[in-house]
Amino acid sequence: MADQGLAGADEARARAGDARVGKKLAAEVSPPLEQFVVKPLVPIHIGGLDLSYTNAALLMTIVVALIMVLLLVPTRRAALVPTRLQSVAELAYEFVANMVRENVGHDGFEYFPLVFSIFMFILFANFIGLIPYSFTITGQIAVTFGLAIFVFVLVTIIGVVRHGFHFLHLFFPPGAPVFMAPVLVPIEIISYLSRPVSLGIRLFANMMAGHTMMAVFAGFTITLGLFGFLPIAINVAMFALEIIVCALQAYVFTILTCLYLRDAIHLH
Amino acid sequence: MDPTSAKMIGAGLAAIGVAGAGVGIGNIFATLVSSIARNPAARDQVFGIGMLGFALTEAVALYALLIAFLVLYAV
Repeated sequence: MADQGLAGADEARARAGDARVGKKLAAEVSPPLEQFVVKPLVPIHIGGLDLSYTNAALLMTIVVALIMVLLLVPTRRAALVPTRLQSVAELAYEFVANMVRENVGHDGFEYFPLVFSIFMFILFANFIGLIPYSFTITGQIAVTFGLAIFVFVLVTIIGVVRHGFHFLHLFFPPGAPVFMAPVLVPIEIISYLSRPVSLGIRLFANMMAGHTMMAVFAGFTITLGLFGFLPIAINVAMFALEIIVCALQAYVFTILTCLYLRDAIHLH
Repeated sequence: MDPTSAKMIGAGLAAIGVAGAGVGIGNIFATLVSSIARNPAARDQVFGIGMLGFALTEAVALYALLIAFLVLYAV
């Protein structure tokens, strides 16, 4: 009987502790999805249109400015023996140039500026989004899906301009028996049409889920034990993973753009 | 059932989808290790392809995680 009473008291105390922790969490930690809210900084309304200068627009401006500083400043007085900043710019250039050469081929090199712009924009946007209290523009589906739709429409136009009606060969794999056409063609068309969706949602989901995960785990730091050492260690590891993911997703988006370009230029 | 607990259960169910991606990523790295062990000279080429496969598979895991987070915090 006495034991039961003790156990009951313990339980009640534990529950009170839980409630206290819960209240503390709710008070100190903002909801994890709050970091994705687009806030207007300079409200501009023309007619019925909301053209406000938002924090997303501000971050895009910063991204483009940073890329231009990185690429223009060191190459203005380019030397044969590069300075540090110049070799960073050259590294980025060579990396994307190799990617285009290997995946699109030499006759696709005229699209290199496009691929390079896409890569640098996504890479810088991802990395700037990692800075605490900044804003992840690639975590907005409007941005990523816009990029993906742009790539998709462009690739289709390139294919049609280069090959005319032969572009439709893309939807029928060479060497397949003709009687398989009713099955293969719809599958190929669906997979072609789902390209922009998967391209856009992949980047968006990676950025959004990654940042939400970091916010959620950061919220655990206060409550989990060992004076916060263990949670901090886990957070550092998560941050490292997130840095890898940021670079990797920029790479994936770019290399898929290259593969789509190759399809449009060479048709299989 | 009150909405809060339904939310929790829903988020938990959505997170089950991560299991499939776990199998996939394990598969990719197992194949990567064995192919590098067989032909160490091909390391540089194979590693890039492996990373691409890892990123594509991890994205699938994050779709599931995204749904879980949306159910928990956004709906």
